[in-house]
Amino acid sequence: MNQAIRNSWVAAIAMFALIFGAISFVQVVGADDLKGNPLNQRAILQNYCNDRGAIIVGGDPVAESVEGTSEVCQFQRTYAQPALYAGLTGYFSRNYGATGLEVAMNDQLAGSSDQQFFDRIGQLFLGNQPKGASAELTIDPAIQKLAYDLIPDGQRGSIVVTNPKTGAILAMVSKPSYDPNLIATQDPNAETTNINELVKIPGINLNQNVSGPTGELLAPGSVFKLVDTAAALASGKYNKDSVLPNPAEMPFPGIQYKLPNYAGGNCYTQDKASFAFALQQSCNTPFASIALDLGRDAIAEQAAKFGFGEDLGDQLKLAYARGSGFPDDLDGPGLAQSAIGQKDVRATPLQIALMTSAIANNGVQMSPSLVKTVRSPDLRVIDEPQPEALRTSTTPEIARQITEWMTSAVSQGIARGAAVPGVQVAGKTGTAELGNGLNNSWFTGFAPANNPEVSVTIVMEGVDITTGAQLTSPNAKKIFEAVLNK
Amino acid sequence: MSQLSTIPKPRRNVELLLLILALSVGIGANMLVGVDQAKAFDSDFWFQSSLLAVAAVVFHVVLRIRAKYADPVMLPLVVALNGLGLAMIHRLDAPGEDTGNNQLRWTLIAMAVAIGVIWFLKDHRVLRRFTYISLAVSALLLILPLVPGISAGEILGARVWIRVGPMTFQPGEIAKITLAIFFAGYLSSNRDLILLAGRKIGPLQFPRFKDMGPMITAWLVSIGVLIFQRDLGSSVLFFGLFIVMIYVATSRISWVVIGLGLILGGGFVAAQVFSHVEVRIYGWLNAFSPDVYETGSRQVIEGLFGMANGGLVGTGLGQGRPDLVPFANSDMIIASLGEELGLIGLFAVVLMYVLLFTRGFRAALGTRDAFGKLLACGLSFAIALQCFVVIGGVTRLIPLTGLTTPFLAAGGSSLLANWIIVGLLLLISHTARGPVDTTPLPPGGAAEPAGIDTPTEAVKQA
Repeated sequence: MNQAIRNSWVAAIAMFALIFGAISFVQVVGADDLKGNPLNQRAILQNYCNDRGAIIVGGDPVAESVEGTSEVCQFQRTYAQPALYAGLTGYFSRNYGATGLEVAMNDQLAGSSDQQFFDRIGQLFLGNQPKGASAELTIDPAIQKLAYDLIPDGQRGSIVVTNPKTGAILAMVSKPSYDPNLIATQDPNAETTNINELVKIPGINLNQNVSGPTGELLAPGSVFKLVDTAAALASGKYNKDSVLPNPAEMPFPGIQYKLPNYAGGNCYTQDKASFAFALQQSCNTPFASIALDLGRDAIAEQAAKFGFGEDLGDQLKLAYARGSGFPDDLDGPGLAQSAIGQKDVRATPLQIALMTSAIANNGVQMSPSLVKTVRSPDLRVIDEPQPEALRTSTTPEIARQITEWMTSAVSQGIARGAAVPGVQVAGKTGTAELGNGLNNSWFTGFAPANNPEVSVTIVMEGVDITTGAQLTSPNAKKIFEAVLNK
Repeated sequence: MSQLSTIPKPRRNVELLLLILALSVGIGANMLVGVDQAKAFDSDFWFQSSLLAVAAVVFHVVLRIRAKYADPVMLPLVVALNGLGLAMIHRLDAPGEDTGNNQLRWTLIAMAVAIGVIWFLKDHRVLRRFTYISLAVSALLLILPLVPGISAGEILGARVWIRVGPMTFQPGEIAKITLAIFFAGYLSSNRDLILLAGRKIGPLQFPRFKDMGPMITAWLVSIGVLIFQRDLGSSVLFFGLFIVMIYVATSRISWVVIGLGLILGGGFVAAQVFSHVEVRIYGWLNAFSPDVYETGSRQVIEGLFGMANGGLVGTGLGQGRPDLVPFANSDMIIASLGEELGLIGLFAVVLMYVLLFTRGFRAALGTRDAFGKLLACGLSFAIALQCFVVIGGVTRLIPLTGLTTPFLAAGGSSLLANWIIVGLLLLISHTARGPVDTTPLPPGGAAEPAGIDTPTEAVKQA
């Protein structure tokens, strides 16, 4: 019996040997990996009380650290026009970490980036309060405000406005939004209460990785037909004069399902269609037949060239969803539905904006960028990202051809609500059915068509056809006017 | 036995000295956590410190009177651990929270109960009379959390709590002790039957099927706890306790093989059938993937980040951010200590557990009755296994389960149960280290002659 007791003790000691090993691994051997893990917010929170740099839009700070009255810290992070910029700044909280630019630009804002090394040494010797760098955004405050107000309160939707030639984002908004001041409060009880209230707002998700223009994955609907068109022209099998089959319904062998054309438009007037007509009226069956002809791989390849499921470059500081793209393993009906942006095709509003920008910019997709300059506390510029091509999406000829058809969709087709007097506008609408009678309604386009200065992408979620039509193309018109008439 | 050849020494003065050291650890820690804040040296601090010191000294005096040969290291170890736990819980109290004082209240209650155990029980062998009553009590305690009206419902995915007035209580913690008493009583009476009958297959001698009864019972209890209470940790603990006790009773490795086979088989089936087990294991393996982090592994991962932040020497008490970890003062208190005390401090804490259970095993070796040996060994192993399951879970060595860290974690039931265990171990060590007691137990007890370790006598008795 005593030997068995001794053996049991040895077993217990063996378990503790494992414990000692595990503790050593966590606290010493693997500690650096854990500290560098992207989920680890401790580095951010270490500087919680410091004077963080401001995030600036049009010369005015939208997020800044001000001297507060709290006993916890000398400085309190505050957000001016909180709801308008929450989707960009994110929040900076004591207990919930940070999101948005607050986390993406933490090194600069906290003053711990490599460029600020000598500033830190200076602060160390002079005994100055550490101070972070400020970031000025590419956002145009007037456009940002206009875009935000164009989404009615209570409506879920996003708007992205970019300069297609530089990739600069001029406005990026979504609703519902929230007030990051509520989460940045230094009173931990109030913070918890506030966050529990915020998550009750219908449709809100405080996690920007899955919500807003950069994070939310939506079915693109008919705006995806631009991908089909580019793939068709690139294949060499089709040209601008090709005649496409345009039956009212496309049957599939062996199953009941038939892919219909949109009943409300003029598609039913012709059973053959040109590209111009098919895009103008947004007919479904011509594009389904293109996809079935070219095959899944050709469409997926073209989608990837437009940025679907691909990297968005490192100038966009925000985190973005990567789960987008064109689905694998499609049968005939699946491929046909995917080709018109239904079924499992997914893209974020920002990705659609980049696709359109590539068409506008002669087929070259620019890296989306949000930060114009980063300045140290003494206003010295320490970083100024330059426009940079991200990838070539299509040839200039194809881009010009698609632009021509998109222009006719605005001048004569179903996107005519976006037309601006005296300016050639190129555009494409989309309506992705959600299956409950409601749709995600899209508009994406740019102007002027011959020398694009601005691209606008709008999506309104969960709307009926009429509301969707009112909230997309006419709103795009207002944004085009605001940007171009300045 | 070797200690018989020397004159037994009580060593109570050593205990007093160590106790002062232990109190200075606990009270010193409590002082450090508040030193940066306004609450340093407030009336709360003096009140708490003096209460803890008085209780420890009273415990010491009771040992002088009732169990003067008891192990002199155990009480100081436990007081140091409990004091450190109090300091960390106090430190983690947000303004307006009062977990620290609540923990102190439970510490005093638990110490009083442990003193009561030592004072009134006098000799652990009395417990052997309650072998089957203990079984009944264990069953009752384990069923209570499932009874509507008493049950506190499902808290954090497990149904292990009952509601007594305004408080909640975890009866499973006490069941750990009553089950150990039952196993010790049953096995010390029947071990020879189990030992002698059986079939030899290869190098292992396997027991007869009918002797497997208690093992099947223990297995069913463990699986029942897992299925109905959804408490993986307690399930492992109960079964581990039983395997060790039957191994010690029989010295047959075959029992361990069968036992491990049963628990692995049961665990595998449970992982296939019950989603909560599968979720735990998936969350453990894929803890760092962002979606798992959002839905389940946040607690462990934040704990790991905290410990990594502490590094070798720690941030210092009161200087880290253990409050970022969910359940920082209960399930994850090891991570909190690791962050603020560093690897060095956490090693010291874990070594205290090693010393504690080693002294328990020492008592098992020293005591002369089979019941006492089994009980001491079982309880000591239970402490070790519980620490392994908790600390292993926190450091992601194994999946995290809901067990508490003995003496450190906030929680009344756990404190109470572990102080009772220490009371029992102290009593057993008293008989182990003291002069041979030749007086028989009063009538009614299943008294054993000293030197029961020889099978012939045991067979006669059976």
